[in-house]
This record gives sequence, structure tokens and C-alpha cells, in this order.
Amino acid sequence: MTESKDIWVFIEQEEGHISDVSLELLAKGQELAQTLESQVWGLLCGHQIEELGESAIQCGADRVLVVDHPELTLYRTLPYARVAIDLIRQHQPYIFLIGATPLGRDLAPRIASAVQVGLTADCTDLQIGDYTSKKEKQEYKNLLYQIRPAFGGNIIATIVNPKTRPQMATVRPGVMQANTPDASRKGEIEKFDPSFESSDFALEVLSREIREPSVNLKDAPVIVAAGGGVQGADEFHLVEELAHILGGEVGASRAAVDAGLVSREHQIGQTGTTVRPRLYIAAGISGAIQHSTGMDKSNKIIAINTDPDAPIFKVAHYKIVGDVAEVLPLLIRTLREKAK
Amino acid sequence: MTYQSIVLVKQVPDTRNISGEVMTAKGTMNRSALPAIFNPEDLNALEMALQVRERFGGEVTVLTMGPLKAAEVLRESLYRGADRVILLSDREFAGADTQATSYTLKCAIEKAGDFDLVFCGRQAIDGDTAQVGPQVAEKMGLPQITYAESIVDLEADEIVVQRAFDLGSELVKCKLPCLLTVVSSANRPRPASARKRIANKLAAVPAEYPALLESWPEFKTEEALEKHLSERQLKIPIWTVDDIEVDKSQLGLTGSPTQVYKVNFVVLEGGESKEIPATAEGIKELIDELVKEYVVG
Repeated sequence: MTESKDIWVFIEQEEGHISDVSLELLAKGQELAQTLESQVWGLLCGHQIEELGESAIQCGADRVLVVDHPELTLYRTLPYARVAIDLIRQHQPYIFLIGATPLGRDLAPRIASAVQVGLTADCTDLQIGDYTSKKEKQEYKNLLYQIRPAFGGNIIATIVNPKTRPQMATVRPGVMQANTPDASRKGEIEKFDPSFESSDFALEVLSREIREPSVNLKDAPVIVAAGGGVQGADEFHLVEELAHILGGEVGASRAAVDAGLVSREHQIGQTGTTVRPRLYIAAGISGAIQHSTGMDKSNKIIAINTDPDAPIFKVAHYKIVGDVAEVLPLLIRTLREKAK
Repeated sequence: MTYQSIVLVKQVPDTRNISGEVMTAKGTMNRSALPAIFNPEDLNALEMALQVRERFGGEVTVLTMGPLKAAEVLRESLYRGADRVILLSDREFAGADTQATSYTLKCAIEKAGDFDLVFCGRQAIDGDTAQVGPQVAEKMGLPQITYAESIVDLEADEIVVQRAFDLGSELVKCKLPCLLTVVSSANRPRPASARKRIANKLAAVPAEYPALLESWPEFKTEEALEKHLSERQLKIPIWTVDDIEVDKSQLGLTGSPTQVYKVNFVVLEGGESKEIPATAEGIKELIDELVKEYVVG
């Protein structure tokens, strides 16, 4: 029997809503499947979630395994892992992808350990390519390159799992682009009846609270981001004002978040959100790699910093050497006059 | 009822503040310039275990896998109040990915005893994978509670834990034994106690004896030193591959399904950039250009 080359995507849903990262992975999965000449399968678990199968197909799944069961209403590690492990053993997919969300980072290692395969966390890119193991002097064709930052973002490592299947990875939300739903896309939906053991229910969820994100950085056309060079509430207010005039959102570097200027939800970079807006204004951000790799794909970047050698200028299209307290009011005034 | 806890800790290079000295001109990294520290969230895990002991009694064992130098984090654990520490160290364990690491840890935990609670930090700052905790739990057949922020209740064989994660929180009840991965917001780890530091200052693994003898010449021989340390429970045991029951094919590099294909050092590209003077005139020209290119407006 030839090895399956199918790509599975775990479709994370919360109260009947598919998470963005799962849709991003379906799109990426389709791209990889073209190279492998294989199919993308979605694995959808929950209760009363059947209609979500169709959404998954519209966004790139060729086939969706729907596992609908009352015990799967709220996510719990063990029942969800049981379902995934049983299905992986039954179908032997080639690749298994999960979003690097709190749920994905809880579930993926459990599955990988049980089916005894390698797992790469927090990938920022996936590609298909060949690999020659120097030790075994053996060549492997069409492996999944699992690409992730390491050591505080200072290196980018490409990891492969030459022998074990599926090749598993978790992928950071926001680094890949989802497809626009295509209502004409066709796919199959297959139901699976799970079977559990009593030990799967060792944990009970007593209560659960999910907050709505207060900011949407990923879809913002313009982001004005504050860094350590933004001093105090007055200067931060200038950042907010500029973002407001441009119809954008306020972002931040870790330094600004640590200084308490703004909540962590606004953080951009490897430990925050990855963004690619039409315009990115970096106000008083030095540009550590940790931050820069989360915004360097923006269409246009304006950087303002008093230090002419600040690393942020390396990724900027427009370099303004100056104090944010002086430059931001100039930008605000000029844009206001334009609007008249 | 008392509870037996084991805490899994790791010594890591401090990747949080990578300075110019660490990055070379070519963009490569000089790892030896990074200080080795106690992985921050593992300190939160240790603190949570110590608090369980204070409330309910029992013992706290700390286990680490690493080179001999990792004995430093074990001594630090003793200074903070651990009852017993174990160093898992062997060349055969080296080069392990999370799969091989969790297998090795599981084998060592089984030898170390019966535990009600296994604690570890949510993730280590050198890899940020957050995988070893759940993988140890799976291999031991234990339920896992990731992102544990506080123990709300512990009674008989049930624990109630508050979990905290991005955009959410959860209160869960779980049967013991179980494994918890602890987040940094859980607690403020206690500092080393001066009294415990004095009591444990000689705690050492045998490989450190020659260096210790130089500072404490009165012991004269390694045997005399070993006798002194053993009598006072200051000898930190090293477990090698011969001390635990393992399938060698699952250890270290050999037992690691993942392989590193390549590593690229991130050097930010010096693309084309235009310098804009920080004057009213300069800013006006910039805005005009952005409007013309439909970036603004």
C-alpha cells in the first residue's frame, strides 16, 4: 500500500464558531496538497457542530470528519485526544496541523506522544521539500519543512520528521492567510462515532470564561505601534490619536506592554500578533527581532526613533530620526489639514 | 492527607535579553555568552508545590535532566525549600527532542517514587514549545492541567484548579494523580532562604567534588567529602542510563523523531529606506507621497 499523503487540519471551534487559525491552516493545507497531489481533511470535534463542516469545505477542506458527541461540547484534553488518536491510527495521515492556540498547544503534544511522532511547536511557515539525513545517508522526498523561530527569535530553524507519520506541527495564528469562503467548493462530510473510556473523564470543567478580544490587529489596515520610546500617558495618547485619524488600531512592542502603557492584546511580534497592514507606524520602537519579525511584511513602514542606528530602520521604508513627542503631533496636524 | 509532589525543572540559557555581545557581527550567536538560569516558569511550579506541602504536608522532589552544570538549579531548589533533588544526566540523554525528553523523564519519575502531583513550568524559554509537560502526562497515563494559575481546592484524591490562558480562564476539577503546567502569573516564587542556603551550600554531585575540595581542603580526600555529604543528605544523586529502566532506542538523539534540517540566523534585510526630516515640511511631503500611493486617505 502506498503511503497516504493527505494533510489533516484540526478544526478548532468555540461555541459553533471556527477559529481563524483553522481556516488559515485549511488554506495552507490546500497549497501543500497541490504539491503532494493529495487531499486536505478537516477534523471537526464538538457537539451540534455539523453545519460547520460545510464552512470548512468552503475554506479549503476536501473532506471533513465530523465527530459530534455531547462529551465533546466543551474542550477537554483527554476526550479530544482520544478521538484524534483513534482517527490517526485508522487513517494514517501524512501531515497533521493544529493552530498554536491555548487549545492546540494543550492537545497536540498529547496526541504526538501517544502516536509517538515528532511535533514542532509554533511554526511560522510550512513548506514541502526534500531532506537528506547525513547520519543515515538516506534521502527523503517531499517532507514537511516545519519552520519556526527559536532562541528569542534570533534564529529560524527548519525541522523535519523524516520517519514518523503524521508529521505534526502547531502553527501560529495570523501568519498564514485564509481563503475567502467559496460556496461552490465541493467536499465530503463523514461522521465518526467516538468511543471513550471512563479514564477519559478524569477531568471536569466546572466553569469556563472566554473573553472577546478587545482589539483586532490582524485585520487593521493601519497600525500605529508604541514602543519603549513612548513615555507616559500623554505621549501614548498621541499614538492613539494618530491611529484614530488613520482609521487604524494601536499596536505595541513588548517594552510598551511591560511598561504598562497598553494591554498585552496589543502586542505585536513573536510573542504577540503577526501583522501585515497597509501602513505600519513604529513610534519609539527599537526593533528587536522579536518585534520586527511580527511586522516586517507590512506594505509600508514608517519608523520614528531618536537613535539613528535603531534596528527598526532596517525594515522601514521611511526613516524619521526624531522624538515621538515632536513627530507624532506633526503627523497628526498634517493629516488633519489634509482632511479639511 | 499529605501529598507527594515532583517538580520537573530545566536550566536554560537566558534568551530574554540577547545583547550585542551574544550576537556576532555575522549574525551568529555565541551561546556561551548567555547566562544559564532556572527556567522562570519552573520556579512558579516549584513554588506551587512548596505551597501544597505547607498546606497539606508531604514531600517535594525536584528532578532535572541536563549536563552536570544543571546541578546549579537543583541547589537553588534546595535553597528554596525542596526536600530532595535528582539530576538525570548521561550522554545518551543528550540531543533529545521533546518526545525523547518526556520519555526519559517519565522513566525517571517512575523510579523516583509514587507521586500525587507532577508539576512543571508551562514552557521553557529556550524552546518555548510547552510540549514536555503534556507528553510526560501522556506517557504516565495521567490527566493534565495546563496553564494552571492556582490550586483552589485539594481534598482526598481531587484537585480543583484555576487555569488561565489567552482570552480565557477555566475552573476544572481533576482526579489525582495528575500533572500541572504552571504559568508565570500563578505566584511570586519565594527567594532562597538564608538558613537553607547555609545548610545546603555543600550539596553537590560527585563530579563537583574536586572543585569543592579546593574550597574545603580540610576534607583532604574525595572519599572523606563524600562520606560527609552522604551522612547529611547533601550528595545530589546523578542518575545515568544504568540507573533507570529504559528502552535505549527511545533516548536522546536516537529517540528523537524530529531532526533539525537547517538553522538560519535572522539578519534583518537592509531594504531601501528613505530618510524623512522630522520637520513640518518633511512630514507634509511624506503624507503627500503616501496619499499618492493610496496608502493613506
